[in-house]
Amino acid sequence: MSFTDILFAFAGLFGLFSALAVGVLSLTWLERKTLARIQQRAGPSVVGPHGLLQPFADAMKLVTKEDIIPAYADKLLFWMAPVFVAIPAFLIWLAIPFGDGIAVRMLDLGLLYVVAISGIGVVGLLMGGWASSSRYSMLGGLRAAAQLVSYEIPIVIVILSIAVLVQSLSLDAVIAGNTITVGEATRDLPGQGLIPFAFVMPMGFVIFFIAGLAELGRTPFDIHHAESEVVGGPFVEYSGAHWAVFFLAEYLNTFVISALIVVLFFGGWSWPSPPESIFGHDLSGTTTNFVGGAWFVFKSYIVAVTIFWIRGTYPRLRIDQLMTFAWQVLIPLSFVNFVLIAVVLFYDWPLWMMPTLSLPILIGAVIGVQRGRGVRGRPQTVRVLRRSAGEIGRPMPNAPTQTQIAGEGHAGD
Amino acid sequence: MTEGLGDNWTIIAIAGAVGMLAIGILFLASYIFAPKRKSERGRIPYECGIEATPFSWSRTNIRYYVFGLAFLIFDVEAVFLFPWAVVFLEAAAAVFYEMLIFLGILMFGLTYAWRKGGLNWR
Repeated sequence: MSFTDILFAFAGLFGLFSALAVGVLSLTWLERKTLARIQQRAGPSVVGPHGLLQPFADAMKLVTKEDIIPAYADKLLFWMAPVFVAIPAFLIWLAIPFGDGIAVRMLDLGLLYVVAISGIGVVGLLMGGWASSSRYSMLGGLRAAAQLVSYEIPIVIVILSIAVLVQSLSLDAVIAGNTITVGEATRDLPGQGLIPFAFVMPMGFVIFFIAGLAELGRTPFDIHHAESEVVGGPFVEYSGAHWAVFFLAEYLNTFVISALIVVLFFGGWSWPSPPESIFGHDLSGTTTNFVGGAWFVFKSYIVAVTIFWIRGTYPRLRIDQLMTFAWQVLIPLSFVNFVLIAVVLFYDWPLWMMPTLSLPILIGAVIGVQRGRGVRGRPQTVRVLRRSAGEIGRPMPNAPTQTQIAGEGHAGD
Repeated sequence: MTEGLGDNWTIIAIAGAVGMLAIGILFLASYIFAPKRKSERGRIPYECGIEATPFSWSRTNIRYYVFGLAFLIFDVEAVFLFPWAVVFLEAAAAVFYEMLIFLGILMFGLTYAWRKGGLNWR
């Protein structure tokens, strides 16, 4: 690489970073508007038309806010932690294809790269939590590590299933596989060319979506910065620019997961059909690529809005529910999905066997989880408490017995 | 791809540098524009209004480590699966069955940990 190449790369990457920053600002606006609509409020509406300039005002405010470093903090780690979270979130974007061969770098090992880089973010959260020297931060950091690490396994296994399906680790091949054919002609789907992987691997898609939400720490899974439990988790002590960088990373990650869902399961820029097949070859290559890229970004935004919708609709899980769900439901299911796709391809079964086999398993798992929540309608908390009380061999402290409850009832009359 | 591995790494390194630079500019802007007050009170870690104890780097629950260890096993196993996933259709049939046996052992381990209560958070 010559020096000018490097200079060009530098300028281009800076452009990408700025574009992503604008994307992040638009996402914050979109999230606030979506949440506001769900809660029947107006949302940001004062700064600019429909509050469109609100994110810029927020950014301005955060930069001009005092950047406090707590007295007992490990200053270097405290200072570096947001960088460790934000840089990987940015680096993942190098491998994401926006069009036919259009990416910062079309990596042959794209899937491995995405998995590897996304794992680094945990370090930053743990670092921030530890360096703040606050009990809430420490707890939040540990929770973040436990949660992100647990939900990384299902994500990796589902990405591996995709790699098995397309027999390649390149994201370009994944998109091609989503739209055209998979493997040889014998493995064609009915209506081939219109079937994205979300329908070939419904179980994989559901697992990836749920685990992706957990990786983001978005609301049903936001225990590591749950306001009512650990106040702000690793971010308690952060303010000003450092907090803004954490915030930037969180939304970059949201965007990444949306884009990955679109690329892995909905054919990226290409599904339902490549831009050439709609506009013919009349358009110039640049225009076609632009249309494809815009379509890809639009689809990513739809997924992002779905994520915000879930945030506005579901209550938060408890940490025990969350960890149990990862290890006892998602990880076994993702392995079932993985082995199933490997077996289907190895024995050369037709590919429609995959959804037919995995859909009943998925539905069974959903029913199982629903049942597992309570035994004969009794909430799990009570069951667990009773069981642990029984195991220890002493009655639960302050637990009223049946006679006490009945007696109190009479006394009250 | 025609570009070598070295070129890919150069791009990634440059991207890292660009990210650092952009974040650095943000920090610099904050350093210039943000107010700086010398307040010892304001720099005490947050702890619900009571006087904060200086260091929170105390003992933590063992279960975080248990889950961390279990994660390590699965992550190493994913490293084995990545090369296998793209070659097993072309390779000999034994390769496929060997990986099934490996996954079977792994699942046995997971079931064992489950039965022993290692996968419960309490």
